[in-house]
Amino acid sequence: MPEALHEPFHDIGKQRSAEEAGIWIFLASEVIFFGGLFLGYAVYRLRLPEGYGAAMAETNLTLGIVNTALLLASSATMAFTVWVGREGLQRATVTGLIATLALGTAFLAVKGVEYYEDIRHHLIPGHPDFPVDVPGAEMFFSFYWAMTGLHGLHMAIGLGIIAWTVHAVRSDRIAWRETAHLHVVGLYWNLVDVVWIFLFPLLYLVGR
Amino acid sequence: MSSTDAEGYIAQEPDYLGAGHTVRSWLLTTDHKRIGILYLVTLLFFFLIGGAAATFIRLELATPPGDLVTADTYNRLFTLHGVIMVWFFLVPAVPSTLGNFLLPLAIGARDMAFPKLNLLSWYINLVGGLLALAALLLGGVDTGWTFYTPYSSLYSNSYVTLAALGVFIAGFSTIATGLNFIVTVHTQRCEGLTWMRLPLFVWALYATSMVIVLATPALAVALAMVVMERVFALGLFDPAQGGDPILFQHIFWFYSHPAVYIMILPGFGVVTEVLTCFSRRKVFGYEAMVFAILGIALFGFFVWGHHMFVSGQSAYASLIFSLLSFLIAIPSAIKVFNWSATLYGGHITFEASMLYALGFIGLFTLGGLTGLFLASVPIDVHMHDTYFVTAHFHYIMVGGMVSAFFAGLHFWWPKITGRMYSELWARLAALLMFLGFNFTFFPQFILGYMGMPRRYHSYPDEFEMWNVLSSAGAVILAVAYLMPFVYLGLSVYRGRRAGDNPWQARGLEWQTASPPPRENFGPLPVVTREPYDYHRSDEEPSAREGDLDFPNRSDTETR
Repeated sequence: MPEALHEPFHDIGKQRSAEEAGIWIFLASEVIFFGGLFLGYAVYRLRLPEGYGAAMAETNLTLGIVNTALLLASSATMAFTVWVGREGLQRATVTGLIATLALGTAFLAVKGVEYYEDIRHHLIPGHPDFPVDVPGAEMFFSFYWAMTGLHGLHMAIGLGIIAWTVHAVRSDRIAWRETAHLHVVGLYWNLVDVVWIFLFPLLYLVGR
Repeated sequence: MSSTDAEGYIAQEPDYLGAGHTVRSWLLTTDHKRIGILYLVTLLFFFLIGGAAATFIRLELATPPGDLVTADTYNRLFTLHGVIMVWFFLVPAVPSTLGNFLLPLAIGARDMAFPKLNLLSWYINLVGGLLALAALLLGGVDTGWTFYTPYSSLYSNSYVTLAALGVFIAGFSTIATGLNFIVTVHTQRCEGLTWMRLPLFVWALYATSMVIVLATPALAVALAMVVMERVFALGLFDPAQGGDPILFQHIFWFYSHPAVYIMILPGFGVVTEVLTCFSRRKVFGYEAMVFAILGIALFGFFVWGHHMFVSGQSAYASLIFSLLSFLIAIPSAIKVFNWSATLYGGHITFEASMLYALGFIGLFTLGGLTGLFLASVPIDVHMHDTYFVTAHFHYIMVGGMVSAFFAGLHFWWPKITGRMYSELWARLAALLMFLGFNFTFFPQFILGYMGMPRRYHSYPDEFEMWNVLSSAGAVILAVAYLMPFVYLGLSVYRGRRAGDNPWQARGLEWQTASPPPRENFGPLPVVTREPYDYHRSDEEPSAREGDLDFPNRSDTETR
């Protein structure tokens, strides 16, 4: 069984709260990171509302809704995981993690299909056959690719961490019952989810 | 855990330097002290590279025609100088070296809250630095350290992507360090060390960490957007697609102005420690100092537009940014006044680190006051992109920050290595640095006022005299920077044993052996008094006891 307490801590409660503080501080920096993209989106939307509106009609609303449902469900399974993890239920924890992993992977798969469709429709900024001929439409798609791309990258990293955590919990490689590990992973995953909750209306709904 | 002898000193056990001699024991260490040393080594390496680029710049500018390098090479030289110095020297300079080494010692802790993350941050920094270095070796970058669009995104054929990725990755390293510092200060303070008893060095590192965590991601996203524009041809800043290159400047300066405070705030902390010790005085106005630090950290986020007065932003925005920039001078001035008041009535001695610290106050004040000139819109319109700006920020960054870094390095060198350096040579280097710095950069104020723009490799003949003065000063400055490498290097092998507390300073880091043991302390200290208790508040300060160079207990020990 791995040692839960790490240097320089002598008290597991204090160590837990330190770990939780650490992830909250990291999430604050993530919010600023995505904030730059949201700022750019907002500035250009204000300047080029027609182009944004026309371009948004080209995004695939159905797949966007499916993905939102998948990601919200994964957040629920993640929250479940943290909750049963605190109770020390190993099998339930592993199940919750695997469910999250499956839902997250499904999200990325759907996103991949969507990207494929987008490319087939030449929804690429600067492409000679770009279908929407309104100023600002290409800018919308520049942000569409940048924002969903960076969000997808965060999801991929999160899925990697979750996959490792499945292995670590199953084999008791880490002291997941005592430390804040699951809580930390859960908070990161929820941030990725929250970012999508903003991206979905901005890229699929508002002004459609 | 360490055992202690009858007097409570740590018994003879290997100090952190003797805890292992293999390369592996250094590269896989989680000891904050060793990580501080690792950072020191990489940092000095980058400092030398950035300094070499500066040497070529001053050499080119020694004569009016562009006769040493081509205009294009010159662009790459000053970009290299800026990128390396800002992100791989100044930003991590104090926090990652002295901060890493001293923060746990100064708060009576055994290590950082996250020792492995601490080591990881060094490796991330190394990867970022090597990428930036690769960009340089492959042919360099010609955009200037600011990576302004649309030049960086649409027109530059140089290795912008690689350099931007290097800076992007190094950003994660500073975020990791900042996060670690914040959590460490919250969770690892020893018994009795309340927030209002923290040394101002710790407060400064804490405020810096806050700024690092909240500002650095803005740089990351700005650079990520440039990279995406270059690699995937997304038109995020491309006017042809309705984009606005000025948006990049807003996001960039939202980071890069707070970054100025990331660079200078730790220097404030270092200087406070040194000044109080060598004037044997309590710091004047401790609470005001704390709130000034926090105020600067907060206000620093709301002044970025003063870099963009001539970018075409609205006049109202410029006026408000101008006003806010004047306001941030208030907490900065509070600090300068309080340092002066701390010296008043103290028993001042002029050790090398004190000379560096006093130099810091003078140069920082000059840099700060010329900053007020530039914060005023009409003057900035006249001075923008001239050597006046270059001189201004070098007074803050080099005159201020590098002086503070050297002040701290000399102050804590006996603690870090357990050895004393040659005080005479150190004082000489400190004086030379002050002299050489002013010699180099004061003429640039005049050049800028006369209208010489920055970033040109040739200039009209009437600017020649001041440029020659500046280049001559740079030679002195270079000598002053190289001297510490020699005498500090020699001290490691030949220096006298320093003893636990050669300066009779009051910080917790001086209450353990020099160099400290792996666990920092025997039993953790318990704090019962205010910081800087060099004298009781109802008493006058008194001179240091005994011979000023008198080594104490550890001198006789055999290690």
